[in-house]
Amino acid sequence: MSGLPDFAASLLSFLPDWAQAIVWYGVVALILFISVILTMAFLTLAERRVIGSIQARIGPNRVGWNGIGQPFADVLKLLVKEVIVPSSSSKFLFVLAPLLALIPALCTWAVMPLWPGFTVADINAGLLYILALTSAGVYGVILAGWAANSKYAFLGAMRAAAQMVAYEIAMGFALVGVVMAAGSLNLGEIIDAQRGGFFSYFFWWLLPLFVVYFVSGVAETNRAPFDVVEGESEIVAGFHVEYSGMAFAVFFVAEYVNMILISALTAVFFFGGWLSPFEGYPFPSWLAWLAAPHFIWFFLKISFFLFCFLWFRATFPRYRYDQIMRLGWKVFIPVTLVWIFVEGLFWIYKIGPWAVA
Amino acid sequence: MTLTEILFYAFSAVLIVAAVGVITARNPVHAALFLVFAFFNSAILWLLMEAEFLAIVLVLVYVGAVMVLFLFVVMMLDINLAQMREGFTRYAPLGIVIAALVVIEIGSVVWVKQLGVDAAPALATGAEGYSNTRDLGELLYTKYLYPFELAAVLLLLAIVAAISLTMRQRRGVKTQDIAAQVSVRAKDRIRLVKMDAEKDA
Repeated sequence: MSGLPDFAASLLSFLPDWAQAIVWYGVVALILFISVILTMAFLTLAERRVIGSIQARIGPNRVGWNGIGQPFADVLKLLVKEVIVPSSSSKFLFVLAPLLALIPALCTWAVMPLWPGFTVADINAGLLYILALTSAGVYGVILAGWAANSKYAFLGAMRAAAQMVAYEIAMGFALVGVVMAAGSLNLGEIIDAQRGGFFSYFFWWLLPLFVVYFVSGVAETNRAPFDVVEGESEIVAGFHVEYSGMAFAVFFVAEYVNMILISALTAVFFFGGWLSPFEGYPFPSWLAWLAAPHFIWFFLKISFFLFCFLWFRATFPRYRYDQIMRLGWKVFIPVTLVWIFVEGLFWIYKIGPWAVA
Repeated sequence: MTLTEILFYAFSAVLIVAAVGVITARNPVHAALFLVFAFFNSAILWLLMEAEFLAIVLVLVYVGAVMVLFLFVVMMLDINLAQMREGFTRYAPLGIVIAALVVIEIGSVVWVKQLGVDAAPALATGAEGYSNTRDLGELLYTKYLYPFELAAVLLLLAIVAAISLTMRQRRGVKTQDIAAQVSVRAKDRIRLVKMDAEKDA
Protein backbone atom coordinates (compact mmCIF):
# COMPACT_ATOMS: atom_id res chain seq x y z
CA MET A 1 0.00 0.00 0.00
CA SER A 2 1.78 3.13 -1.17
CA GLY A 3 -0.58 5.76 0.22
CA LEU A 4 -3.41 7.56 -1.47
CA PRO A 5 -3.58 8.63 -5.09
CA ASP A 6 -2.92 12.36 -5.57
CA PHE A 7 -6.47 13.42 -6.36
CA ALA A 8 -7.78 11.65 -3.26
CA ALA A 9 -5.14 13.28 -1.08
CA SER A 10 -6.04 16.76 -2.36
CA LEU A 11 -9.75 16.06 -2.00
CA LEU A 12 -9.40 14.93 1.61
CA SER A 13 -6.68 17.39 2.64
CA PHE A 14 -8.83 18.87 5.41
CA LEU A 15 -8.58 15.61 7.38
CA PRO A 16 -5.61 14.42 9.46
CA ASP A 17 -3.34 11.89 7.75
CA TRP A 18 -4.62 8.74 9.40
CA ALA A 19 -8.27 9.71 8.83
CA GLN A 20 -7.58 10.34 5.12
CA ALA A 21 -6.54 6.73 4.62
CA ILE A 22 -9.54 5.41 6.54
CA VAL A 23 -12.03 7.55 4.62
CA TRP A 24 -10.45 6.80 1.22
CA TYR A 25 -10.24 3.06 1.67
CA GLY A 26 -13.70 3.05 3.23
CA VAL A 27 -15.13 4.70 0.13
CA VAL A 28 -13.21 2.38 -2.20
CA ALA A 29 -14.38 -0.67 -0.26
CA LEU A 30 -17.97 0.57 -0.39
CA ILE A 31 -17.83 1.07 -4.17
CA LEU A 32 -16.31 -2.38 -4.62
CA PHE A 33 -18.93 -3.88 -2.31
CA ILE A 34 -21.81 -2.33 -4.23
CA SER A 35 -20.36 -3.40 -7.59
CA VAL A 36 -19.93 -6.99 -6.44
CA ILE A 37 -23.45 -7.12 -5.01
CA LEU A 38 -24.94 -5.66 -8.19
CA THR A 39 -23.01 -8.17 -10.32
CA MET A 40 -24.32 -10.91 -8.10
CA ALA A 41 -27.90 -9.61 -8.44
CA PHE A 42 -27.77 -9.70 -12.22
CA LEU A 43 -26.01 -13.05 -12.12
CA THR A 44 -29.13 -14.55 -10.52
CA LEU A 45 -31.17 -13.19 -13.42
CA ALA A 46 -28.63 -14.44 -15.94
CA GLU A 47 -28.71 -17.86 -14.34
CA ARG A 48 -32.46 -18.14 -14.63
CA ARG A 49 -32.52 -16.88 -18.20
CA VAL A 50 -29.58 -19.04 -19.34
CA ILE A 51 -30.89 -22.21 -17.74
CA GLY A 52 -34.33 -21.38 -19.06
CA SER A 53 -32.95 -21.12 -22.54
CA ILE A 54 -30.98 -24.38 -22.19
CA GLN A 55 -34.15 -26.12 -21.02
CA ALA A 56 -36.20 -24.61 -23.88
CA ARG A 57 -38.35 -22.31 -21.76
CA ILE A 58 -38.40 -18.57 -21.27
CA GLY A 59 -37.46 -17.79 -17.69
CA PRO A 60 -38.36 -14.58 -15.83
CA ASN A 61 -39.12 -11.82 -18.36
CA ARG A 62 -41.95 -9.83 -16.75
CA VAL A 63 -40.32 -7.29 -14.41
CA GLY A 64 -38.95 -4.43 -16.46
CA TRP A 65 -37.43 -4.81 -19.93
CA ASN A 66 -36.85 -8.53 -20.54
CA GLY A 67 -36.95 -9.21 -16.80
CA ILE A 68 -34.09 -6.84 -16.00
CA GLY A 69 -35.83 -5.77 -12.77
CA GLN A 70 -36.32 -9.33 -11.52
CA PRO A 71 -33.40 -9.28 -9.00
CA PHE A 72 -34.86 -6.20 -7.30
CA ALA A 73 -38.30 -7.77 -7.14
CA ASP A 74 -36.71 -10.86 -5.52
CA VAL A 75 -34.88 -8.73 -2.97
CA LEU A 76 -38.07 -6.85 -2.13
CA LYS A 77 -39.95 -10.09 -1.68
CA LEU A 78 -37.31 -11.50 0.66
CA LEU A 79 -37.07 -8.22 2.57
CA VAL A 80 -40.72 -8.15 3.54
CA LYS A 81 -40.76 -11.78 4.65
CA GLU A 82 -40.43 -12.64 8.29
CA VAL A 83 -37.13 -14.03 9.55
CA ILE A 84 -38.13 -16.99 11.68
CA VAL A 85 -35.69 -18.09 14.37
CA PRO A 86 -36.49 -21.65 15.48
CA SER A 87 -37.32 -21.70 19.17
CA SER A 88 -34.82 -24.43 20.09
CA SER A 89 -31.97 -23.03 18.05
CA SER A 90 -28.79 -21.45 19.29
CA LYS A 91 -30.00 -17.93 18.54
CA PHE A 92 -26.76 -15.97 18.47
CA LEU A 93 -25.02 -18.44 16.17
CA PHE A 94 -28.15 -18.76 14.05
CA VAL A 95 -28.03 -15.05 13.28
CA LEU A 96 -24.23 -14.95 13.03
CA ALA A 97 -23.89 -17.84 10.55
CA PRO A 98 -25.12 -16.05 7.38
CA LEU A 99 -22.73 -13.18 8.11
CA LEU A 100 -19.83 -15.59 8.55
CA ALA A 101 -20.62 -16.98 5.11
CA LEU A 102 -20.83 -13.56 3.44
CA ILE A 103 -18.00 -11.57 5.06
CA PRO A 104 -15.05 -13.76 3.90
CA ALA A 105 -16.55 -13.91 0.40
CA LEU A 106 -16.57 -10.11 0.18
CA CYS A 107 -13.22 -9.58 1.95
CA THR A 108 -11.38 -11.58 -0.70
CA TRP A 109 -12.15 -8.93 -3.31
CA ALA A 110 -9.70 -6.59 -1.60
CA VAL A 111 -6.67 -8.27 -3.20
CA MET A 112 -8.22 -8.80 -6.64
CA PRO A 113 -6.31 -6.95 -9.39
CA LEU A 114 -9.23 -5.35 -11.23
CA TRP A 115 -7.47 -3.45 -14.00
CA PRO A 116 -3.84 -2.60 -14.79
CA GLY A 117 -2.28 -0.98 -11.77
CA PHE A 118 -5.35 -1.08 -9.57
CA THR A 119 -5.81 -3.33 -6.56
CA VAL A 120 -7.52 -2.13 -3.39
CA ALA A 121 -4.86 -3.79 -1.21
CA ASP A 122 -1.79 -4.87 -3.16
CA ILE A 123 -0.30 -7.29 -0.64
CA ASN A 124 2.60 -9.66 -1.22
CA ALA A 125 0.91 -12.84 -0.04
CA GLY A 126 -2.36 -12.15 -1.87
CA LEU A 127 -2.86 -15.74 -2.99
CA LEU A 128 -2.44 -17.08 0.54
CA TYR A 129 -4.85 -14.43 1.80
CA ILE A 130 -7.47 -15.65 -0.65
CA LEU A 131 -6.92 -19.29 0.33
CA ALA A 132 -7.20 -18.41 4.02
CA LEU A 133 -10.42 -16.46 3.60
CA THR A 134 -12.16 -18.93 1.33
CA SER A 135 -11.35 -21.69 3.79
CA ALA A 136 -12.85 -19.58 6.59
CA GLY A 137 -16.08 -19.32 4.60
CA VAL A 138 -17.05 -22.86 5.53
CA TYR A 139 -17.89 -21.76 9.08
CA GLY A 140 -21.04 -20.01 7.92
CA VAL A 141 -22.37 -23.27 6.49
CA ILE A 142 -21.33 -25.47 9.42
CA LEU A 143 -22.69 -23.12 12.06
CA ALA A 144 -25.93 -22.58 10.17
CA GLY A 145 -26.47 -26.32 10.13
CA TRP A 146 -25.62 -26.80 13.76
CA ALA A 147 -27.36 -23.74 15.20
CA ALA A 148 -30.68 -24.53 13.52
CA ASN A 149 -31.00 -27.68 15.62
CA SER A 150 -32.59 -29.63 12.79
CA LYS A 151 -31.34 -32.95 11.51
CA TYR A 152 -31.61 -32.03 7.85
CA ALA A 153 -29.68 -28.83 8.38
CA PHE A 154 -27.11 -30.75 10.40
CA LEU A 155 -26.66 -33.39 7.71
CA GLY A 156 -26.10 -30.60 5.20
CA ALA A 157 -23.51 -29.01 7.45
CA MET A 158 -21.61 -32.27 7.88
CA ARG A 159 -21.56 -32.83 4.14
CA ALA A 160 -20.39 -29.26 3.59
CA ALA A 161 -17.54 -29.59 6.07
CA ALA A 162 -16.23 -32.84 4.58
CA GLN A 163 -16.61 -31.65 0.99
CA MET A 164 -14.98 -28.27 1.47
CA VAL A 165 -12.00 -29.66 3.37
CA ALA A 166 -11.47 -32.28 0.66
CA TYR A 167 -11.56 -29.89 -2.27
CA GLU A 168 -9.58 -27.16 -0.56
CA ILE A 169 -6.52 -29.40 -0.59
CA ALA A 170 -6.80 -30.05 -4.32
CA MET A 171 -7.34 -26.33 -4.89
CA GLY A 172 -4.31 -25.45 -2.79
CA PHE A 173 -2.10 -27.88 -4.71
CA ALA A 174 -3.36 -26.53 -8.04
CA LEU A 175 -2.35 -23.07 -6.87
CA VAL A 176 1.10 -24.35 -5.87
CA GLY A 177 1.59 -25.03 -9.57
CA VAL A 178 0.54 -21.47 -10.42
CA VAL A 179 2.93 -20.06 -7.82
CA MET A 180 5.76 -22.19 -9.22
CA ALA A 181 5.08 -20.86 -12.70
CA ALA A 182 4.71 -17.22 -11.69
CA GLY A 183 7.31 -17.14 -8.92
CA SER A 184 5.13 -14.89 -6.81
CA LEU A 185 2.19 -14.93 -4.43
CA ASN A 186 1.06 -11.48 -5.54
CA LEU A 187 -1.92 -11.65 -7.91
CA GLY A 188 -0.73 -8.67 -9.96
CA GLU A 189 2.64 -10.31 -10.53
CA ILE A 190 0.95 -13.61 -11.43
CA ILE A 191 -0.91 -11.73 -14.19
CA ASP A 192 2.28 -9.98 -15.30
CA ALA A 193 4.01 -13.34 -15.64
CA GLN A 194 1.45 -14.30 -18.32
CA ARG A 195 2.17 -11.38 -20.66
CA GLY A 196 2.52 -12.09 -24.37
CA GLY A 197 -0.92 -12.94 -25.69
CA PHE A 198 -3.23 -15.90 -25.58
CA PHE A 199 -0.55 -18.55 -25.98
CA SER A 200 1.49 -17.50 -22.96
CA TYR A 201 -1.38 -17.95 -20.50
CA PHE A 202 -0.64 -20.51 -17.82
CA PHE A 203 -3.44 -22.86 -18.70
CA TRP A 204 -1.56 -24.26 -21.69
CA TRP A 205 1.18 -25.50 -19.39
CA LEU A 206 -0.98 -26.18 -16.36
CA LEU A 207 -4.00 -27.68 -18.10
CA PRO A 208 -4.59 -30.47 -15.52
CA LEU A 209 -4.21 -27.96 -12.70
CA PHE A 210 -6.66 -25.62 -14.41
CA VAL A 211 -9.26 -28.38 -14.69
CA VAL A 212 -8.71 -29.42 -11.08
CA TYR A 213 -8.91 -25.83 -9.88
CA PHE A 214 -12.08 -24.95 -11.71
CA VAL A 215 -13.93 -28.15 -10.84
CA SER A 216 -12.82 -27.83 -7.21
CA GLY A 217 -14.07 -24.26 -7.36
CA VAL A 218 -17.49 -25.51 -8.43
CA ALA A 219 -17.40 -28.00 -5.54
CA GLU A 220 -16.25 -25.34 -3.06
CA THR A 221 -19.16 -23.06 -3.90
CA ASN A 222 -21.56 -26.02 -3.49
CA ARG A 223 -22.93 -25.56 -6.97
CA ALA A 224 -24.48 -28.29 -9.08
CA PRO A 225 -23.37 -31.00 -9.80
CA PHE A 226 -21.68 -30.90 -6.36
CA ASP A 227 -24.62 -29.45 -4.43
CA VAL A 228 -25.26 -32.41 -2.13
CA VAL A 229 -24.93 -29.85 0.67
CA GLU A 230 -28.33 -28.56 -0.32
CA GLY A 231 -29.54 -31.70 -2.05
CA GLU A 232 -33.25 -30.87 -2.30
CA SER A 233 -34.31 -34.41 -3.02
CA GLU A 234 -32.46 -35.90 -0.03
CA ILE A 235 -32.21 -33.37 2.77
CA VAL A 236 -34.76 -30.73 1.73
CA ALA A 237 -32.47 -27.71 1.46
CA GLY A 238 -29.53 -28.73 3.62
CA PHE A 239 -27.91 -26.22 5.90
CA HIS A 240 -30.30 -23.33 5.20
CA VAL A 241 -33.54 -25.24 5.56
CA GLU A 242 -34.53 -23.24 8.65
CA TYR A 243 -33.65 -19.84 7.21
CA SER A 244 -36.20 -17.47 5.74
CA GLY A 245 -36.37 -13.95 4.41
CA MET A 246 -33.19 -11.89 4.38
CA ALA A 247 -31.23 -14.43 6.44
CA PHE A 248 -31.72 -16.89 3.58
CA ALA A 249 -30.92 -14.18 1.05
CA VAL A 250 -27.55 -13.57 2.71
CA PHE A 251 -26.57 -17.22 2.14
CA PHE A 252 -27.72 -16.86 -1.43
CA VAL A 253 -25.62 -13.72 -1.90
CA ALA A 254 -22.58 -15.46 -0.39
CA GLU A 255 -22.93 -18.39 -2.79
CA TYR A 256 -23.14 -16.16 -5.85
CA VAL A 257 -20.34 -13.85 -4.70
CA ASN A 258 -18.19 -16.96 -4.27
CA MET A 259 -19.08 -18.05 -7.81
CA ILE A 260 -17.95 -14.69 -9.19
CA LEU A 261 -14.83 -14.94 -7.07
CA ILE A 262 -13.88 -18.39 -8.34
CA SER A 263 -14.45 -17.25 -11.92
CA ALA A 264 -12.31 -14.16 -11.37
CA LEU A 265 -9.55 -16.20 -9.73
CA THR A 266 -9.55 -18.75 -12.54
CA ALA A 267 -9.20 -15.86 -14.98
CA VAL A 268 -6.31 -14.40 -12.96
CA PHE A 269 -4.42 -17.62 -12.34
CA PHE A 270 -4.79 -19.38 -15.67
CA PHE A 271 -6.07 -16.86 -18.23
CA GLY A 272 -4.07 -13.71 -17.60
CA GLY A 273 -6.65 -11.60 -15.74
CA TRP A 274 -6.94 -8.19 -17.39
CA LEU A 275 -4.39 -8.97 -20.12
CA SER A 276 -5.61 -8.88 -23.68
CA PRO A 277 -5.57 -12.24 -25.49
CA PHE A 278 -4.41 -10.38 -28.63
CA GLU A 279 -1.38 -8.84 -27.00
CA GLY A 280 1.51 -8.38 -29.42
CA TYR A 281 -0.63 -8.77 -32.55
CA PRO A 282 0.12 -6.20 -35.25
CA PHE A 283 -3.20 -4.30 -35.22
CA PRO A 284 -3.69 -1.10 -37.21
CA SER A 285 -3.58 1.95 -34.94
CA TRP A 286 -7.36 2.39 -34.73
CA LEU A 287 -7.61 -1.18 -33.39
CA ALA A 288 -4.60 -0.92 -31.07
CA TRP A 289 -6.89 -0.92 -28.03
CA LEU A 290 -7.57 -4.58 -28.76
CA ALA A 291 -4.02 -5.46 -27.73
CA ALA A 292 -3.95 -3.27 -24.61
CA PRO A 293 -4.72 -4.72 -21.17
CA HIS A 294 -8.06 -3.48 -19.92
CA PHE A 295 -10.79 -4.20 -17.41
CA ILE A 296 -13.05 -5.33 -20.24
CA TRP A 297 -10.90 -8.43 -20.87
CA PHE A 298 -11.13 -9.37 -17.21
CA PHE A 299 -14.88 -8.86 -17.35
CA LEU A 300 -15.25 -11.05 -20.44
CA LYS A 301 -13.17 -13.85 -18.91
CA ILE A 302 -15.18 -13.74 -15.68
CA SER A 303 -18.41 -13.82 -17.69
CA PHE A 304 -17.24 -16.87 -19.61
CA PHE A 305 -16.46 -18.86 -16.44
CA LEU A 306 -19.72 -17.75 -14.84
CA PHE A 307 -21.50 -19.03 -17.91
CA CYS A 308 -19.69 -22.35 -17.42
CA PHE A 309 -21.06 -22.50 -13.86
CA LEU A 310 -24.60 -22.11 -15.18
CA TRP A 311 -23.94 -24.51 -18.04
CA PHE A 312 -22.69 -27.23 -15.64
CA ARG A 313 -25.78 -26.80 -13.53
CA ALA A 314 -28.08 -27.30 -16.48
CA THR A 315 -26.09 -30.23 -17.89
CA PHE A 316 -24.92 -32.61 -15.18
CA PRO A 317 -26.97 -34.69 -12.75
CA ARG A 318 -25.98 -34.43 -9.11
CA TYR A 319 -23.04 -36.52 -7.93
CA ARG A 320 -23.56 -39.12 -5.26
CA TYR A 321 -21.85 -38.22 -2.01
CA ASP A 322 -19.24 -41.03 -2.02
CA GLN A 323 -18.42 -40.20 -5.63
CA ILE A 324 -17.66 -36.63 -4.63
CA MET A 325 -15.32 -37.77 -1.89
CA ARG A 326 -13.56 -40.18 -4.26
CA LEU A 327 -13.12 -37.50 -6.91
CA GLY A 328 -11.65 -35.06 -4.42
CA TRP A 329 -9.29 -37.34 -2.53
CA LYS A 330 -8.39 -40.09 -4.96
CA VAL A 331 -8.44 -38.34 -8.31
CA PHE A 332 -7.75 -34.63 -7.98
CA ILE A 333 -5.06 -34.70 -5.32
CA PRO A 334 -2.90 -37.33 -7.12
CA VAL A 335 -3.37 -35.46 -10.42
CA THR A 336 -2.13 -32.21 -8.90
CA LEU A 337 0.82 -33.93 -7.20
CA VAL A 338 1.91 -35.57 -10.45
CA TRP A 339 1.60 -32.34 -12.39
CA ILE A 340 3.59 -30.38 -9.81
CA PHE A 341 6.34 -32.97 -10.30
CA VAL A 342 6.07 -32.62 -14.09
CA GLU A 343 6.26 -28.87 -13.71
CA GLY A 344 9.43 -29.30 -11.66
CA LEU A 345 10.90 -31.28 -14.57
CA PHE A 346 9.86 -28.47 -16.97
CA TRP A 347 11.67 -26.08 -14.73
CA ILE A 348 14.84 -28.12 -14.52
CA TYR A 349 15.05 -28.70 -18.26
CA LYS A 350 14.03 -25.13 -19.07
CA ILE A 351 10.89 -26.06 -20.96
CA GLY A 352 8.10 -23.54 -21.05
CA PRO A 353 8.02 -19.78 -21.19
CA TRP A 354 8.67 -19.08 -17.51
CA ALA A 355 11.80 -21.21 -17.21
CA VAL A 356 14.07 -18.42 -18.48
CA ALA A 357 13.92 -16.72 -15.11
CA MET B 1 0.27 5.85 21.95
CA THR B 2 0.52 5.16 18.28
CA LEU B 3 -2.29 3.62 16.30
CA THR B 4 -0.40 0.31 16.20
CA GLU B 5 -0.18 0.20 19.98
CA ILE B 6 -3.87 0.94 20.41
CA LEU B 7 -4.69 -1.84 17.96
CA PHE B 8 -2.28 -4.18 19.72
CA TYR B 9 -3.91 -3.66 23.12
CA ALA B 10 -7.42 -3.87 21.69
CA PHE B 11 -6.78 -7.17 19.91
CA SER B 12 -4.82 -8.58 22.85
CA ALA B 13 -7.75 -7.83 25.13
CA VAL B 14 -10.14 -9.57 22.77
CA LEU B 15 -7.71 -12.49 22.49
CA ILE B 16 -7.62 -12.92 26.26
CA VAL B 17 -11.41 -12.75 26.51
CA ALA B 18 -11.67 -15.39 23.78
CA ALA B 19 -9.10 -17.60 25.49
CA VAL B 20 -11.00 -17.39 28.77
CA GLY B 21 -14.13 -18.23 26.83
CA VAL B 22 -12.52 -21.44 25.55
CA ILE B 23 -12.19 -22.85 29.07
CA THR B 24 -15.35 -21.42 30.61
CA ALA B 25 -17.89 -22.09 27.86
CA ARG B 26 -20.28 -24.86 28.87
CA ASN B 27 -21.09 -25.97 25.38
CA PRO B 28 -18.10 -27.64 23.64
CA VAL B 29 -19.13 -26.16 20.28
CA HIS B 30 -19.05 -22.67 21.77
CA ALA B 31 -15.64 -23.44 23.26
CA ALA B 32 -14.33 -24.51 19.84
CA LEU B 33 -15.70 -21.31 18.31
CA PHE B 34 -13.99 -19.22 20.98
CA LEU B 35 -10.78 -20.99 20.03
CA VAL B 36 -11.32 -20.05 16.37
CA PHE B 37 -11.84 -16.46 17.47
CA ALA B 38 -8.64 -16.60 19.53
CA PHE B 39 -6.71 -17.87 16.48
CA PHE B 40 -8.04 -15.00 14.42
CA ASN B 41 -6.93 -12.46 16.98
CA SER B 42 -3.47 -13.92 17.32
CA ALA B 43 -3.19 -13.85 13.52
CA ILE B 44 -3.98 -10.14 13.66
CA LEU B 45 -1.29 -9.63 16.31
CA TRP B 46 1.19 -11.29 13.96
CA LEU B 47 0.01 -9.02 11.16
CA LEU B 48 0.77 -6.02 13.37
CA MET B 49 4.31 -7.38 13.71
CA GLU B 50 4.56 -7.54 9.89
CA ALA B 51 4.71 -11.33 9.95
CA GLU B 52 1.99 -11.58 7.32
CA PHE B 53 2.99 -15.03 6.10
CA LEU B 54 2.69 -16.58 9.57
CA ALA B 55 -0.57 -14.73 10.20
CA ILE B 56 -2.20 -15.91 6.99
CA VAL B 57 -0.93 -19.46 7.38
CA LEU B 58 -2.28 -19.56 10.93
CA VAL B 59 -5.73 -18.69 9.60
CA LEU B 60 -5.37 -21.05 6.64
CA VAL B 61 -4.23 -24.09 8.62
CA TYR B 62 -5.81 -23.73 12.03
CA VAL B 63 -9.00 -21.82 11.28
CA GLY B 64 -9.58 -23.21 7.80
CA ALA B 65 -8.71 -26.86 8.29
CA VAL B 66 -7.91 -28.01 11.83
CA MET B 67 -10.79 -26.29 13.58
CA VAL B 68 -13.29 -27.27 10.90
CA LEU B 69 -12.46 -30.94 11.51
CA PHE B 70 -12.51 -30.29 15.24
CA LEU B 71 -15.98 -28.77 15.05
CA PHE B 72 -17.02 -31.62 12.81
CA VAL B 73 -16.19 -34.09 15.57
CA VAL B 74 -17.39 -32.00 18.50
CA MET B 75 -20.77 -31.35 16.90
CA MET B 76 -21.40 -35.06 16.44
CA LEU B 77 -20.40 -36.03 19.97
CA ASP B 78 -23.11 -36.15 22.55
CA ILE B 79 -21.00 -35.06 25.47
CA ASN B 80 -22.28 -35.64 28.98
CA LEU B 81 -21.03 -32.59 30.86
CA ALA B 82 -21.66 -33.96 34.34
CA GLN B 83 -19.52 -37.00 33.56
CA MET B 84 -16.74 -34.80 32.26
CA ARG B 85 -16.61 -32.85 35.50
CA GLU B 86 -16.26 -35.92 37.68
CA GLY B 87 -12.47 -36.00 37.47
CA PHE B 88 -12.13 -32.33 38.27
CA THR B 89 -10.91 -32.63 41.88
CA ARG B 90 -8.69 -35.59 41.06
CA TYR B 91 -6.79 -33.76 38.34
CA ALA B 92 -6.91 -30.32 39.97
CA PRO B 93 -3.41 -30.54 41.61
CA LEU B 94 -1.78 -31.44 38.29
CA GLY B 95 -3.63 -28.60 36.59
CA ILE B 96 -2.54 -26.12 39.23
CA VAL B 97 1.11 -27.18 38.85
CA ILE B 98 1.00 -26.70 35.07
CA ALA B 99 -0.77 -23.35 35.41
CA ALA B 100 1.86 -22.21 37.93
CA LEU B 101 4.65 -23.27 35.55
CA VAL B 102 3.15 -21.23 32.71
CA VAL B 103 2.73 -18.18 34.99
CA ILE B 104 6.37 -18.48 36.11
CA GLU B 105 7.58 -18.74 32.52
CA ILE B 106 5.64 -15.67 31.38
CA GLY B 107 6.69 -13.81 34.52
CA SER B 108 10.35 -14.59 33.88
CA VAL B 109 10.09 -13.22 30.35
CA VAL B 110 8.63 -9.98 31.70
CA TRP B 111 11.33 -9.92 34.40
CA VAL B 112 14.15 -10.38 31.88
CA LYS B 113 12.76 -7.60 29.72
CA GLN B 114 12.61 -5.34 32.76
CA LEU B 115 16.34 -5.90 33.42
CA GLY B 116 17.04 -4.13 30.18
CA VAL B 117 18.65 -7.16 28.58
CA ASP B 118 18.07 -7.14 24.87
CA ALA B 119 16.71 -10.68 24.73
CA ALA B 120 14.06 -9.87 22.15
CA PRO B 121 15.32 -7.00 20.00
CA ALA B 122 12.82 -4.48 18.74
CA LEU B 123 10.98 -5.62 15.67
CA ALA B 124 12.71 -4.59 12.51
CA THR B 125 10.21 -3.04 10.17
CA GLY B 126 10.93 -4.09 6.64
CA ALA B 127 11.87 -1.67 3.90
CA GLU B 128 9.59 -1.01 0.94
CA GLY B 129 9.29 -4.17 -1.15
CA TYR B 130 10.44 -6.42 1.67
CA SER B 131 8.75 -9.79 1.46
CA ASN B 132 8.32 -11.74 4.64
CA THR B 133 7.31 -14.82 2.66
CA ARG B 134 10.43 -14.81 0.47
CA ASP B 135 12.74 -14.50 3.49
CA LEU B 136 11.04 -17.34 5.32
CA GLY B 137 11.20 -19.52 2.23
CA GLU B 138 14.89 -18.83 1.71
CA LEU B 139 15.71 -19.75 5.29
CA LEU B 140 13.56 -22.88 5.25
CA TYR B 141 15.07 -24.24 2.05
CA THR B 142 18.70 -23.38 2.76
CA LYS B 143 19.70 -23.06 6.39
CA TYR B 144 16.95 -25.14 7.96
CA LEU B 145 16.49 -27.64 5.14
CA TYR B 146 17.11 -30.77 7.24
CA PRO B 147 14.82 -29.85 10.16
CA PHE B 148 12.20 -28.86 7.60
CA GLU B 149 12.46 -32.19 5.77
CA LEU B 150 12.46 -34.07 9.07
CA ALA B 151 9.21 -32.36 10.06
CA ALA B 152 7.76 -33.28 6.68
CA VAL B 153 8.74 -36.94 7.11
CA LEU B 154 7.23 -36.92 10.59
CA LEU B 155 3.95 -35.61 9.21
CA LEU B 156 3.99 -38.22 6.45
CA LEU B 157 4.50 -40.88 9.07
CA ALA B 158 1.49 -39.57 10.98
CA ILE B 159 -0.62 -39.67 7.82
CA VAL B 160 0.40 -43.23 7.02
CA ALA B 161 -0.26 -44.28 10.62
CA ALA B 162 -3.69 -42.66 10.69
CA ILE B 163 -4.68 -44.28 7.42
CA SER B 164 -3.41 -47.72 8.43
CA LEU B 165 -5.35 -47.46 11.69
CA THR B 166 -8.63 -46.79 9.93
CA MET B 167 -8.14 -48.97 6.84
CA ARG B 168 -9.67 -52.28 7.66
CA GLN B 169 -11.84 -54.52 5.59
CA ARG B 170 -14.88 -55.52 7.53
CA ARG B 171 -16.69 -58.56 6.27
CA GLY B 172 -20.39 -58.59 5.61
CA VAL B 173 -20.54 -54.90 4.71
CA LYS B 174 -22.03 -53.91 1.40
CA THR B 175 -20.01 -51.15 -0.19
CA GLN B 176 -19.89 -49.74 -3.67
CA ASP B 177 -16.74 -49.98 -5.74
CA ILE B 178 -16.90 -46.61 -7.45
CA ALA B 179 -13.96 -47.30 -9.73
CA ALA B 180 -15.81 -50.32 -11.09
CA GLN B 181 -19.02 -48.31 -11.40
CA VAL B 182 -17.35 -45.51 -13.28
CA SER B 183 -15.51 -47.76 -15.67
CA VAL B 184 -18.66 -49.57 -16.77
CA ARG B 185 -19.38 -49.32 -20.49
CA ALA B 186 -22.76 -49.63 -22.09
CA LYS B 187 -21.89 -52.91 -23.80
CA ASP B 188 -21.23 -54.56 -20.42
CA ARG B 189 -24.80 -53.99 -19.35
CA ILE B 190 -26.89 -54.16 -22.44
CA ARG B 191 -26.75 -56.25 -25.57
CA LEU B 192 -28.22 -54.72 -28.66
CA VAL B 193 -29.61 -57.35 -30.98
CA LYS B 194 -30.08 -56.57 -34.62
CA MET B 195 -33.20 -58.14 -36.01
CA ASP B 196 -35.83 -57.49 -38.58
CA ALA B 197 -38.86 -55.48 -37.58
CA GLU B 198 -41.13 -58.15 -39.01
CA LYS B 199 -40.84 -61.88 -39.28
CA ASP B 200 -41.64 -63.65 -42.46
CA ALA B 201 -44.81 -65.62 -42.19
